Amino acid sequence: MNDYITIPLYRLAHSRTGDKGNRSNLSVIAWHPALWEVLVAQVTEAAVAQHFASRQPRRVTRYLLPALHAMNLVLDDVLDGGVNDSLNLDGHGKALSYWLLDLPIQLPISLQPYLAGTDAQPAIS
Amino acid sequence: MVNNTPFRIGCAAGFSGDRTDAALPVVRSLIASGLPSFLMFETLAERTLALAQLARRTSPDEGYEPLLVDLLEPVLGLCLDHGIRIVSNFGAANPSGAATRIKALAQKLGLRAPRVAVVEGDDLSGLEHRAVLERALGASMPTEPMVSANAYIGAQSIAGALRAGAEVVVCGRVADPSLVLGPALAHFGWATDDWDRLARATMAGHLLECGAQVTGGYFADPGYKDVPDLAQLGYPIAEIDVEGHCTITKPVGTGGCINEQTVKEQLLYELHDPSSYLTPDVIADITQATVRSLGPDTVRLEGVKGHARPEHLKVNVCFESGWFAEGEISYAGPRAENRARLAARVLQERLQHIGALRIDLIGVTSVLGDDHSRWLASSPGSADTSRDVRLRVAMQHPQRDSAQKLIREVTALYTCGPAGGGGVRTALRPRLGTVSCLVPRTAVTERFRMVD
Repeated sequence: MNDYITIPLYRLAHSRTGDKGNRSNLSVIAWHPALWEVLVAQVTEAAVAQHFASRQPRRVTRYLLPALHAMNLVLDDVLDGGVNDSLNLDGHGKALSYWLLDLPIQLPISLQPYLAGTDAQPAIS
Repeated sequence: MVNNTPFRIGCAAGFSGDRTDAALPVVRSLIASGLPSFLMFETLAERTLALAQLARRTSPDEGYEPLLVDLLEPVLGLCLDHGIRIVSNFGAANPSGAATRIKALAQKLGLRAPRVAVVEGDDLSGLEHRAVLERALGASMPTEPMVSANAYIGAQSIAGALRAGAEVVVCGRVADPSLVLGPALAHFGWATDDWDRLARATMAGHLLECGAQVTGGYFADPGYKDVPDLAQLGYPIAEIDVEGHCTITKPVGTGGCINEQTVKEQLLYELHDPSSYLTPDVIADITQATVRSLGPDTVRLEGVKGHARPEHLKVNVCFESGWFAEGEISYAGPRAENRARLAARVLQERLQHIGALRIDLIGVTSVLGDDHSRWLASSPGSADTSRDVRLRVAMQHPQRDSAQKLIREVTALYTCGPAGGGGVRTALRPRLGTVSCLVPRTAVTERFRMVD
């Protein structure tokens, strides 16, 4: 037993995807400033690359914006060539932000009051 | 001469194909504010200009925003009557044609003739620019026929046209935020190297450029991000002060919402490095920017910094890139996924000599896979959980006849494929590819001219 719970990223942050050519960018914006440090610690370049492994990003670059309690994740070469070249239904990759929002996060229980949404409380691990 | 009065600018379109009923509430709100005002229409995307070039090839009078009349008709008279000047990029591949059409529209509506200016110089598709593009693209220079080549030009010609008295400015490919910076330069008389102020107005333009995306569009997520009256979204208005800081609002009585979340999402939209957002006018730095709610549907952006503009301009080159074919068929009930997978294997076996297929099982995976179908291959299925699966296959090929074979094979699944397949739909269309490059600013001659 410890003082953490495992919850999806969407309880801590919201996100929007943008695209330029074969590059996708995903914002991650904390619902509350108190959640920001957890995001910095866990939504890392390595964690995001792993989460998008099936798309094999050539590179993941993270930019932090502490004044906004937000970060910008730039994923190179994940759009099958981009909107003009891919065969994907979602050539822009516009749906990818919500895929990211499923990323599991270990949250200190003390931060639970700052979470968004009304999902049933996950079991304490 | 510096003008200290703030001005307002509303955005009534964020892409070609956007709603056409957005402008009227925005214009009424601008009139009610009593401040100097502009109305902006942003209707271009990476591919829009290539499609416009193709339209112009077919008919020399076309090649501008197809919805121009639908967008302008409801508000042109009000704007002329109240001194609200219109700034747009709906010239696309034919700014002169758009200007002529606007003049004709004013006449049809019984309005006085507006002073219309066109901004030109972005079109680099002519032979005289070929050497510059070849140098810039190097090995990336397409061997296929070029359809369009457009440089992203900046705010200076827009500002010049407004200073010269234009009531409607029609551009082709300008950087989207320049549609806001141009009016700001004309209104405030800022120096062209006043980098912080230029950057602030540029980011105001970035917030407006996608229309409803800052007012609750592309945002709603029930239970997490609830948006009131999503069906009647109001489009955004920025009030910009002499320092370049902006406050984002929307017309009273419209749907949607503006809050810190909507503004932050849009601020980071399509961004790369937040310390250097490149535009033709300035390099903006939002790493110290703050977003603060001032009240209902009123959010302030401050803290944007600016650095000297880049010496190169981005150019998008579009070229013909063969044919795109796709086909779909549905399977329902027990073992739907297995039957869809069998159909996919049939198509792969019969088409593998032509080229690679992309396969999606809509209802199982339709977005998260990739063109190499790694996702599907790694999840062999047979879980038999979905009762409703739609197989989709897609292919790109240089030759039309080869692409056509995919269409015929998907159709043949009706009688030759697995049991119970239904609802075949197919599509075959030409494709455009794009490549980008940077050319020296000196290779592009941007200018405006008033249209008589």
